[in-house]
Amino acid sequence: MKNDFRARNHPAYWAFVVHRASGLLLTLFLPAHFWALGQAMGGEVQFDSFLRWTQEPFVKVAETGLVLMLAAHMAGGMRLLMLEFMAWRDWQKSLLAVAAGASLAAGLVFLLNVV
Amino acid sequence: MSARAQVLLWGAQRISAMVLALCLIVHFITMIYAIRNGLTAAEILGRTQGNIAWAGFYMLFVAAIAVHAPIGLRTILSESLGWRGRSLEISVLTVGIALALWGARAVYAVFGGGAA
Amino acid sequence: MSEILRVSVWRGEEAGGFQEFEVPRLESQTVLDVVTYIQRSLDSTLSYRYACRVGMCGSCAMTVNGKARWTCRTHVAKVADHGRVEIAPLTNLPVIKDLVTDMSEFFDKWSKARGRFQGTQTRADDFVRVSPESPKRKQVDEAIECIGCGVCYSSCDVVSWNPDYLGPAALNRAWTLFNDVRDVDQKARLTAVAGDAGCHACHTHMNCTERCPKQLSPTAGIAGLKRAILAAALKGEL
Repeated sequence: MKNDFRARNHPAYWAFVVHRASGLLLTLFLPAHFWALGQAMGGEVQFDSFLRWTQEPFVKVAETGLVLMLAAHMAGGMRLLMLEFMAWRDWQKSLLAVAAGASLAAGLVFLLNVV
Repeated sequence: MSARAQVLLWGAQRISAMVLALCLIVHFITMIYAIRNGLTAAEILGRTQGNIAWAGFYMLFVAAIAVHAPIGLRTILSESLGWRGRSLEISVLTVGIALALWGARAVYAVFGGGAA
Repeated sequence: MSEILRVSVWRGEEAGGFQEFEVPRLESQTVLDVVTYIQRSLDSTLSYRYACRVGMCGSCAMTVNGKARWTCRTHVAKVADHGRVEIAPLTNLPVIKDLVTDMSEFFDKWSKARGRFQGTQTRADDFVRVSPESPKRKQVDEAIECIGCGVCYSSCDVVSWNPDYLGPAALNRAWTLFNDVRDVDQKARLTAVAGDAGCHACHTHMNCTERCPKQLSPTAGIAGLKRAILAAALKGEL
């Protein structure tokens, strides 16, 4: 028999779900990101026409989502590094809250700057 | 794959994660700085082209990504699809090489010599 | 306290189903009391496993309302949801019948992880003195309290996703022996618990730490093994 959500519903498991989903989506996004930067090879005119597209509101929303994912993956990853490489102390229980707070803050700063 | 190689892969993912953490902090700051007044090609390329130090930084960034992402992908594919063994190793190695080359091309496009 | 507890109990093998029972509610009643009542008074064909009834032997673990627990020390008051309790066999292990699982795979992995102490002394030798204050001994103060109930193994998602994974209990055992200064099988043990089927497969979900009835943290010991083995691999000692 297998476990269902009742066995998994706790903070560290949710942190894993966020880490895995964001990691996978970021990997899929990378080729697109590299392609976009490659547009600079075609000269300023071509690069500008691409950059104008990034001013569309839906692109900005998607970008904010990306930044949030990147921040969450990074903060969650730093939490994992601390759990794996440092001797365990009670303060590490607060790492999840710190990681969540830091990634939300990064997403917010980006959003405020982009709109 | 030997147990030792698996352990070294695990280690490589952690070490690349530490490099990425530093790169990302710099990347976040530059990104937020770059978007303040909207994005224009002249502004971005004016800052970047021919800048060897930044090009080096971003090459390190790309290298760390090319190590980190395929190892994560390998775990996801084996755990979710039950895909294991040599075909998986070769596939994720290909992904890693593709990411490295594709990323290096992007760094060249943005930083390379002011050809535009 | 409602007078009657409605209980769904898993019957049959892997392809079985839940059967409903009504059990009188008592004060300080444990989940094991409920199962025992059903077996003695309602349906004597119900199979389940227990021995000590006081949280020492690790025989009576089951899945209670979706979470693995030791049933002898789980009060009904703590787990009943609107007067209902669902009792199933442990997950991640083959079901033999009703609430009884085949735990051989679980214990086989303890031996695969070299979970056996290997010393050099004979009965003619004097006791080895291990100071309770020494760092290695203190590191496993909690880990040695494992009763082998299988709750962590059943709760672990990596076990579900990767059938070769040794699991939290076997790795916790390896961690206690790794810190035993008398043991001489260290290199073989580290090799046995390294890599994709060993400690490096752990994702720090902390399902084991969350569910361990003894409140141990196999995750912490597994992290210790990850570090020790990486160091050994870098030195070419693996």
